[in-house]
Amino acid sequence: MKLTKLATFAVTAVMAASPVLADLVFPSLSYRTGPYAANGTPVADGFADYYTMLNERDGGIGGVMTKVIECETGYSTEKGVECYESTKGEGSLVYMPLSTGITYQLIPKVTADNIPMLTTGYGRTSAANGDVFSHVFNFPANYWNGASAAVNHFLEMADGDLSGKSIALVYHNSAYGKEPIRTLEELASKLGFDLTLLPVDHPGQEQKSQWLQIRRERPDFVLMYGWGVMNQVAIQEAANIRFPMENFMGIWWSGSENDVMAAGDASNGYKALTFHNVGTGFPVFDDIASYVVDAGKAAGTGEHVGTVLYNRGMYGAMLAAEAVKVAQRIHGVADITPAMMRDGLEALEITDENMAAIGFGGFGPNFKVSCENHGGPGLSAVIQWDSASQSWNVISDFAESDMSVIQPLIDADSAAYAAENNIASQCN
Amino acid sequence: MFYRESGDFKTSYAKDTQTFPIKLDRIGYYVILAIAFITIPVMLITDVGGGANYWTNAILLPFLIWAIAAIGLNILVGYCGQLSLGSGGFMAVGAYAAYKLMTSFPDLSIFFIVIISGAITAGVGILFGLPSLRIKGFYLAVATLAAQFFLVWLFNKVPWFYNNSASGQISAPTRSIFGFEITGATATPEAKYLFCLVLLIGVAWLARNLTRGRIGRSWMAIRDMDIAAEIIGVAPLRTKLSAFGVSSFFIGIAGALFFAVYLGAVEVGEAFNINKSFLLLFMVIIGGLGSIFGSIIGAAFMVLMPVLLKNIMVNQLNWPTDIAVHFEFAIVGALIIIFLILEPHGLAQLWRLLKEKLRLWPFPH
Repeated sequence: MKLTKLATFAVTAVMAASPVLADLVFPSLSYRTGPYAANGTPVADGFADYYTMLNERDGGIGGVMTKVIECETGYSTEKGVECYESTKGEGSLVYMPLSTGITYQLIPKVTADNIPMLTTGYGRTSAANGDVFSHVFNFPANYWNGASAAVNHFLEMADGDLSGKSIALVYHNSAYGKEPIRTLEELASKLGFDLTLLPVDHPGQEQKSQWLQIRRERPDFVLMYGWGVMNQVAIQEAANIRFPMENFMGIWWSGSENDVMAAGDASNGYKALTFHNVGTGFPVFDDIASYVVDAGKAAGTGEHVGTVLYNRGMYGAMLAAEAVKVAQRIHGVADITPAMMRDGLEALEITDENMAAIGFGGFGPNFKVSCENHGGPGLSAVIQWDSASQSWNVISDFAESDMSVIQPLIDADSAAYAAENNIASQCN
Repeated sequence: MFYRESGDFKTSYAKDTQTFPIKLDRIGYYVILAIAFITIPVMLITDVGGGANYWTNAILLPFLIWAIAAIGLNILVGYCGQLSLGSGGFMAVGAYAAYKLMTSFPDLSIFFIVIISGAITAGVGILFGLPSLRIKGFYLAVATLAAQFFLVWLFNKVPWFYNNSASGQISAPTRSIFGFEITGATATPEAKYLFCLVLLIGVAWLARNLTRGRIGRSWMAIRDMDIAAEIIGVAPLRTKLSAFGVSSFFIGIAGALFFAVYLGAVEVGEAFNINKSFLLLFMVIIGGLGSIFGSIIGAAFMVLMPVLLKNIMVNQLNWPTDIAVHFEFAIVGALIIIFLILEPHGLAQLWRLLKEKLRLWPFPH
């Protein structure tokens, strides 16, 4: 057992060498390797760069410096466990694992360890019910909002009548991709469209048979819940069978620059959803440029600044940073604990004024988190790719989704979880 | 000088056939057991350095569970000579059986859940072992590969297996044994560790005694030359299927523990994909085919090496995480090649050679 001893020695040495510092610690469970790296890297860059910018510009948050601990998960749940266990002792304030599989695994763990988890636009949808999921937040929008918003857009394209039409869902065959199915089935029976389910197995490079089926059945619309290399392949395959791109839409995780670039001009007109704005036309990007990128402190190469996923990483980092400010105000201390961070997230209110004050004016929706509602308003907009100018354009307003369908599903799913795990209501 | 059999007299057959005939080996074995059963749990309970959770969940549990699975696959590949690439699928059977049992019988002790999951996997393993009666070698590997893909597809396709949950994820509820929680988020590190340790010791003990008895000898006869074995009266049907059954039983136990104790929530396509089958095969080959100790050391190598490298490169040298991962792949890969060139029979053979040399030391001639 020589190796075990060696490992013991090395890890003990590591643990002795890194004492807990008085910092606001944000663990970044990122993935810069593997089949999801193309999408994981910009998110991780945006996340890290925002905190670097806060340190450089404001000296941290409320006078306390921030610190990002990066841990590579490769989108694997086992490495996710290792990363969680190795970072939670460092005073980690909030986990943002950027993986629905890891989120599912961490929900009971973070609740037991009293550390909050923020899953912006992913994770377990029914965690929007804060009454059951005390430590999990998934504002500002979730998968079911996305499914409903996509159907609403198709409804608009079909002049308000989807009956007799058909929608195909091309999805990553995992917890992430399966999440919207129930909502779409409800909507299908409500609006009278046919739903075809086409699962794509990890990692998603092999999609010939799915697109052959689409070519044969000619659905009116295709909705995609894909991630990583799966997105690029799907868009290329859609182009190969000459599927009209304006009828092909991805969830917000299937709509970034590197997803559409591979197919070149053929991807022109491809649509995707988003829950925040695109581009660099916001004052905060000037600070990112001057304090981080030009100063040579960028987490990556700096080439991703302003891309959809970079913005999303930065948006998540901003929401957590704002929650820290709320927690500092509630508890009156600057160096907050994870438990205080949870209170901060639960009392978070995003308004036009504070968005404008931090240079994010118009970047994302206004919302208020409460004990019951951890899910936010679920507003989303449609963006469309313009291959000539190589940019995404917002083509709709930030609109609400059909909560009359989604809310009963959230209630039912969270009630089942509460019953399985004997969770008492935390709000009253 | 110290490590030798001379002067170590045996007065009964039982003593002569014991697993560790050399006194120093026996002492070493009991010392390791004492460390595993007393020192490590005490360290976990007292939480030295605050790393009890990290140590258990990131290092000890995966090592123990993979060691159980490696012993299982070693029985099939190392002892009976039947190449299998279906181990990931069989682990999934263990995991989903455990999930269905946990949710259907909430009061059942976790120990029985794990054992019954193993038994169910054994049944499935025997079923998929049937082709081994007609095909051999690489062709059998391909046939078992079909088991891998079929089982993963099945657990994705049929909602009954995941109790119709919206996401297809299965999550382990809290279950206990003698009042100690083993699964769920509030289970203590030492309880989880000891539970897996007891199962590993039990599996290793069972495997060791099976492989040196009649059944094990018939497995090895089939492995070395199946026609000759048939002529001397070893029934291929019973022998091959018993190897598949015992092997799948252990792999099923490992799968149940992997899901219920280690990960807590599992998605079949991610947790039990083809890579797991390969990983397990690598463990067995690197550790040493046909060796129980080899299975354990192989699992240790494949599980601990990446964690060790990551800790050195990221935490000590402060390298960027992506570069560290790429280096980790390269280093582990290079080590595998080096080990296999230096010693094609695995780490267990290195250990055996070391012991041979020690016996003669310091007078090698």
